[in-house]
Amino acid sequence: MKWLVEWARRFRMLLHRRQFDADLDEEMRLHLELRQQEQIAAGMPADEARAAARRRFGNATCLKEESHIAWGWEWLENLGQDARYGLRMLRKSPGFGAVAILTMALSIGATTAIFSVVDATLLRPLPYPEPEQLVSIQDDLPGVSARDVGMSEPEWQDLRRSGIFEYVSPTWFDENNLTGSSKPARVRILIVAPNYFALLRVKPQLGHTFDPEDHSPGILPEVVISDGLWKSSFGADPHILDRSIRMDTDLYRIAGVMLPGFDAPGRIAEERNIEIWPATSFYGMPMSDHPPRSRRNLPTAIARLKPGLTIAQAQSRLDALVASLQKEFPRDYPPQSGWAMRLVPLQERVVGNVRQSLILLLCAVALVLLIGCVNIANLLLARASARGREMALRQALGAARKRLVLQLLTESLLLSLTGGVIGLAILFFAKDFLLRFLPENLPRLNHISITWSVLLFAVAASIATGVIFGLAPALHAGRADLTDALKEAGRASTGSGEQTRTRRLLVVTEFALSLVLMIAAGLLLRSFWDLLRVPLGFNPENVMAVRTRLPAPNDPKIDLYGTAEKEAPFLREVLRRARTLPGVEEAAIGDTAAIPLDQSLQDLKRISEGQYLVTFEGSDAQSNQPSVVERSFVTADYFHLMGIPLLRGRLFNDSDNDKSPQVAVINEAFARTYWPNQDSLGKRFKRNREGSPWITVIGITANARTASLAQCGVPQAYLDIYQTNEKRLAIFLRGHLDTAAIPEEVRTQVQSVDPTLPLSGAQTLSETVSASLAERRFSMEMVGLFAVTALLLAGLGIYGVISYIVSASTHEIGIRLALGAQRRNILNEVLRQGLQLAVTGAAAGIAGALLVSHLMAGLLYGVWPADPLTFAGVTALFIGVALGACYIPARRATQIDPIVALRHE
Amino acid sequence: MRRDEIPPGTLYLLILKTLARSGEMHGYEIANSIQRISQDVLQVEEGSLYPALQRMLIKGWVTAEWGTTAENRRARYYRLTAAGRKQLEVEMKQFERVIGAITRVIEAV
Repeated sequence: MKWLVEWARRFRMLLHRRQFDADLDEEMRLHLELRQQEQIAAGMPADEARAAARRRFGNATCLKEESHIAWGWEWLENLGQDARYGLRMLRKSPGFGAVAILTMALSIGATTAIFSVVDATLLRPLPYPEPEQLVSIQDDLPGVSARDVGMSEPEWQDLRRSGIFEYVSPTWFDENNLTGSSKPARVRILIVAPNYFALLRVKPQLGHTFDPEDHSPGILPEVVISDGLWKSSFGADPHILDRSIRMDTDLYRIAGVMLPGFDAPGRIAEERNIEIWPATSFYGMPMSDHPPRSRRNLPTAIARLKPGLTIAQAQSRLDALVASLQKEFPRDYPPQSGWAMRLVPLQERVVGNVRQSLILLLCAVALVLLIGCVNIANLLLARASARGREMALRQALGAARKRLVLQLLTESLLLSLTGGVIGLAILFFAKDFLLRFLPENLPRLNHISITWSVLLFAVAASIATGVIFGLAPALHAGRADLTDALKEAGRASTGSGEQTRTRRLLVVTEFALSLVLMIAAGLLLRSFWDLLRVPLGFNPENVMAVRTRLPAPNDPKIDLYGTAEKEAPFLREVLRRARTLPGVEEAAIGDTAAIPLDQSLQDLKRISEGQYLVTFEGSDAQSNQPSVVERSFVTADYFHLMGIPLLRGRLFNDSDNDKSPQVAVINEAFARTYWPNQDSLGKRFKRNREGSPWITVIGITANARTASLAQCGVPQAYLDIYQTNEKRLAIFLRGHLDTAAIPEEVRTQVQSVDPTLPLSGAQTLSETVSASLAERRFSMEMVGLFAVTALLLAGLGIYGVISYIVSASTHEIGIRLALGAQRRNILNEVLRQGLQLAVTGAAAGIAGALLVSHLMAGLLYGVWPADPLTFAGVTALFIGVALGACYIPARRATQIDPIVALRHE
Repeated sequence: MRRDEIPPGTLYLLILKTLARSGEMHGYEIANSIQRISQDVLQVEEGSLYPALQRMLIKGWVTAEWGTTAENRRARYYRLTAAGRKQLEVEMKQFERVIGAITRVIEAV
């Protein structure tokens, strides 16, 4: 308390310090006068009396200063003085100020922008209470190189009883058909255990969530819906809790509405934007009453650790549990599969796959900022040499070195802080515009905002840059040799040799840093370019896919499409109608997995079903262990429509139906991987699940990059959609389509067959292919943008240094010209100096780039991290730019008029 | 006449004591008072009173108010606060302890 009152007093003095000085003055004057009067009264002559009074009083100026300083505001007054002086200097050279402030504004703004993304995704914890206790549980079978295979219901029960977790909830992403509100809509649902919301510790805005201890069989008759769905489909009806909804023909009560902005912790955008949460205990109709251990049908699970447990402790207890289960159920857990359960921090699951790209971006933009700093340091050094005389003079008049250094630092901080403020202002106003450039799949996209930590970062970045670029010139000024500086001051200042060395060093650094960035961008560009030109193996031109989904009610008896036989007439009718649409030349139907390169669905398939594990018949197969393959269900017309040629065997035909044995068309990669050097036609494999039928290979197609653009030769099986009961469907159309009208036309046709079916996700395949590159494109464009900025800055930097060297040696060049030197020699010499800087910088840059490119190998495709072509090309471009930047001042050097130069002092 | 510098650190004590004795004084009066009572032995470099008074203002030991002298001139009058009185006791005790110790040392045989 006492210090607070004391500071209040000090602060009051700061506010009234003029009055304060005047008071002190008056007080001291009175003292002196009274003393003088006393002396005069004692008989001393007036002037002697005054001198005596002064003697007794002491040095008034010093004492006044001492009194002033006692209040502790000296630093602030110095700062104010330095800042005022700095502003005056800026006004005197507005060009320099504008360049410096603009450079800083752009680079600090860009760095802060990227940081705000990193802050929202990587740094800020998940928006649930005690997020550090939240984990995701992943089942791996490393023995058969299968990861994230999902868990079975008995395993979930084991985990619940293990004492490691407060709650464990499997989560099962699915789509459903919402009918009864307006027109039928596809909704994203997440089937969870009743403890899901208790686990996340979130409360609804309306109603209630599930009872976490509820363990009744089957799907609970209540659901929780999202704020978004409540507003869009129910007009934010306040009596929503009295209403029911129909999903896949089943009726559910609405138990509660979640808070706005609540995101489910998912890996991809689809899994995060959940609209409806049904709950179940994962046994009882429509699931099995006693699910076996081997049925890993619960794709993922999240859990909250018991309080006080670290993830490492929990993991070691979990390992012990897994070991004892393996002993207890040796039939379900053969040792060769190597079953293991892994705890991953939930945050890692949500943002893990974007971490590398984001860190790359942050590094790239930080490099640009650093290069900007080096540039301004260079400009400041040039100015410092022009101001050498001023500094020397002030030092000679008694300014402390510390004060001079502080003053120069204040000036640079003034620049960087102004830059920072402008950068932030740009960011603030351009925020919505910039957000549109981010890939939609980025987790926690709508959490990105200018928070306190972002502001703090911007301020810290501004101060740090100000210190970085201000330090070199400030230290130089502090170290300047007085006599030399004053002697030199008469002539045109050429700057000390040391200063020129520092400036060269700075330019070399700048070059090295920008080369690193350019090479990183070059490698990303080449990866992207290669991916664009990769032979797809299918033809996406003029193809469009529209999705629909058949309902799957909980009671199989009322399922209109419950078997392949019941589904087939629907498929045939839709196909027949689709072929009649205007412009359509070919039509086919597949499941959504048949849409090539659909990123979200590739992941979804895994999230909602785990991976497709198959086993092979007989001992002639290469692999007698379950293996992961891609699979999709299609009609026979799919292959021609996609342009995937059949190499051997036959395609599906009418004799293949739900009564006949299951057949498959596989791609070459499948055949080569599992039956090398054999004829795979007629061979059999089956899904690695009890009771799955054998599937006979009847045809082999060429490989197509439908699963991943980056990988060729992914084993792929195509199954006949008429033999299965797949409910997530895609209708493929080829022809001269009116892409704006066709989705509506398909909707009309499909809904005239069954009016309850929703249609969604209409996209041309070219769009799908391009969307699959969205994240790569984003990081490539961003890094590319930063690299070009860096190159420009480096070019400016070398231009500045060479111009400076030329203007400093005008006199010398003049003499040489007067003595008959060739202009071309002068030009070459100046260029050589620039080239020397560029080459030194490039050598250092290449070394740095080799390091960096290996760190980013995971982001590359098709190029070696030390790709010689990229390295050589970028370096050549670099040196070209450097020479270009040096040519302007070099030419100026050759045009020097000897007469003028010799007069030039 | 020979005048002695005051021992370091006792300036606060002198000012506090002087103000405690006579209530309200301006700087010149304080200086004179110290001199008079010490029978001209203690000589304060008069100006140094002022930085000391500022520090005491910051600490809250004294308050200052403008008033007029007997000759009708504006002067700043200092007055002890409650905190100042307490401080005076602290300084007195400390001073006595030090003087006591010094006396014992020089009188020891």
